[in-house]
Amino acid sequence: MKNRLPENVSEKIPFWRDIRVLRVLFQVIFLIGVVLLAGILYTNMLRGLRGLGLTLNLDFLNDEAGFGISEGIAYDPSDTYLKAFWVGVVNTVKVSIIGIACATILGLVVGIARLSSNWLVRNIAAIYIECFRNIPLLLQILFWYTTVILQLPSVRTSFTFFGSVFINQRGIYLPSPQPTSGMKIWLGCLAGGLIVAAILYLVRLRKLQQLEQPGFPAKWALPAFLLVALLGWFLTPGKPFTLELPALRGFNFGGGIHLSPEFSALLIGLVMYTGAFIAEVVRSGIQSVVRGQWEAARAIGLNEFQTLRLIVLPQAFRVIAPPLTSQYLNLTKNSSLAVAIGFPDLFNIGNTMMNQTGQSIPIFAMIMMSYLCISLTTSAYMNWYNRRINRIG
Amino acid sequence: MEERESNQAIRPPTASKNILQWLKENLFNTWYNTLLTFLAAGFLYVVLTGILTWAFTEANWGVIPANLQIFLVGAYPRAEIWRIWVVIYTLSVLAGLSAGIWGGLALRLALVIGSLGGGIGIIVAFFPIVPWNRLGLLAGVVLLIGSLFWSRRSKGLRPWVLGGWLLSFPWTMIWLHGFGGLATVFTSSWGGLLLTLILAAVGIVVSFPLGVLLALGRRSSLPTIKWASTAYIETVRGVPLVTILFMAQIMVPIFLPDFRIDKILRAMLGITLFSAAYMAENVRGGLQAIPRGQYEAAHALGLNYPLMMLLIILPQALRSVIPAIVGQFISLFKDTSLVAVIGLLDLLGIAKTVIANPDWLGLQAEVYLFAAVVYFVFSYSMSYISQKIEEALGVA
Repeated sequence: MKNRLPENVSEKIPFWRDIRVLRVLFQVIFLIGVVLLAGILYTNMLRGLRGLGLTLNLDFLNDEAGFGISEGIAYDPSDTYLKAFWVGVVNTVKVSIIGIACATILGLVVGIARLSSNWLVRNIAAIYIECFRNIPLLLQILFWYTTVILQLPSVRTSFTFFGSVFINQRGIYLPSPQPTSGMKIWLGCLAGGLIVAAILYLVRLRKLQQLEQPGFPAKWALPAFLLVALLGWFLTPGKPFTLELPALRGFNFGGGIHLSPEFSALLIGLVMYTGAFIAEVVRSGIQSVVRGQWEAARAIGLNEFQTLRLIVLPQAFRVIAPPLTSQYLNLTKNSSLAVAIGFPDLFNIGNTMMNQTGQSIPIFAMIMMSYLCISLTTSAYMNWYNRRINRIG
Repeated sequence: MEERESNQAIRPPTASKNILQWLKENLFNTWYNTLLTFLAAGFLYVVLTGILTWAFTEANWGVIPANLQIFLVGAYPRAEIWRIWVVIYTLSVLAGLSAGIWGGLALRLALVIGSLGGGIGIIVAFFPIVPWNRLGLLAGVVLLIGSLFWSRRSKGLRPWVLGGWLLSFPWTMIWLHGFGGLATVFTSSWGGLLLTLILAAVGIVVSFPLGVLLALGRRSSLPTIKWASTAYIETVRGVPLVTILFMAQIMVPIFLPDFRIDKILRAMLGITLFSAAYMAENVRGGLQAIPRGQYEAAHALGLNYPLMMLLIILPQALRSVIPAIVGQFISLFKDTSLVAVIGLLDLLGIAKTVIANPDWLGLQAEVYLFAAVVYFVFSYSMSYISQKIEEALGVA
């Protein structure tokens, strides 16, 4: 057979048709193009910066910031720019974590309500989802801020709940727990209770496995922990912590936890918007578990709660986890809309820094690196969680 | 025969239900459902009475008709508004022609657009809230239906209509901006809903080729191209749109000092670069769904890489990602509201200026609710359309 092949096969392929050469050549051309473009932009930038009388370095970060930040960790206008930026990072992380927690709870409740057998509940959930999903988040945040929070009654006529929660146009005031001397003893009790609960959990898990019966492994551990915690509460001399109530001092409230109007509006906007998306994620996740799974679980004798916990939810979570991750990332990125209402998040403070120093390029790089770090951490955690729930069973 | 009959599905008996039975089954079937029903009804009562009382007694809706023109077109000169009508009519005729020629999905889409336009048109015609052109929208609907019936099953028109759609986007841009004898309307006076729609359309149309290239780059076997594309996509997807919009505003004059690029073009640049990364991920999803056999078959036919992609892979991949692209268009339509933060006067930006106007102080709720309703109507009807597309393509 070999003899039949045409003669010219043994000839070398010309290099302009050799795929190996072409691959290298194409990449080299691509790289040269990228480098050329970057070079042009870089020289342009240097020229532009020289025109503005700026040099490209990070020395400005050690200068005194000189602007005030309305809320966040301890900070003084005489601190450095670096410290000011860090306040912004902490504020962004704070609003994101609280927002993610609240949006998950809201989304879970509404997602399950969407599947309720109650016609009224089901349709209220559907209307909520459609309304909040289809209106831009920025519009919602501006609406909450200008027409709800800022229109609340003044400090002296604030809404009061149980004498401990105050809502007025300066924000929301909540009672804050203050640890007393008994706190350490009670924490010790809690740790002891945790150990007891863990042992009971393992014992019951082993027993259930030996009996090959389905059951709730935390059935003994949970009451045991609560019992120890309660005993500790009463046995500790004095109370482990007291609630510090916000109180009217002069023209404003003092004490307790204060949520500023900007923080409240941003949080409500993010939670209501993302909650609608998470509800849809939860609904489609639960619906993705085929009816046969429910029926089969009932057929082998599991009750409704066991069916949900052992059969349906583990399968639903596999479907839910990836889109849930992207919703969490969206919420984190959307917290940058704080700039529209003046909440000092990392983008807002970066923006102020740019206006003061004119060093827009390094500050933009810092902002983008911060968001990338937060996004990568969130997605790394959710990927780990995703792998874990996919490994079980 | 008997077995076959027993396999046939027997419809469940349709019990005729009266209202009381329905209520019992859907609202009061268990004790906790009864409790939930009462709680939900109470909640609904409080919210609805609050909203309705406010809307009918306290709200001052006069601010909406008084500013309707700037809500819709911003500072676009009044004498030139007929150009926007020409664009609406052109698109109506194109939609009608497509519905007539292709039928099926195009027909259903045209019906959705037509009934939406007709509904708004009737409201506008009967309530004299618009100072100009009360029958304008209805005329558009008539044009749509007319061209639909005129072109029914005339296949010869197909290439013309396709060409019309392709040209409609650049033509709209040039037409609205003005050329030749037409007065030039600079992009700085484009605004309102017009600007919102144009920004969203630019974001999708211009980012489409970029996104396809990036998706191909990310799946390329050439390491440098693969890494460059991946780095671009992941960086852009990791940062918020506001950052990119600000960056486009501040960085473009620094990096390209020789060009005078106005604010709206810079915003378009930012939106396009942002949208391209998301488009690339959508397209990549479609590419991954193509079985290996298709690539191998294309190679076996002797097609080189560009021909293989253009003739075999992309047509199949892009068909399956149409719903994802419509979804991206919807979220981009909402995201364009962020240009209000950098001071552009899109629908939300206009709303903010109206609120700041001393003549209309304290009417934030009315103005924001109106803007919200406009966004909702567009966004909701687009997601309805995308559901229809998914059903028609069978890729849901």
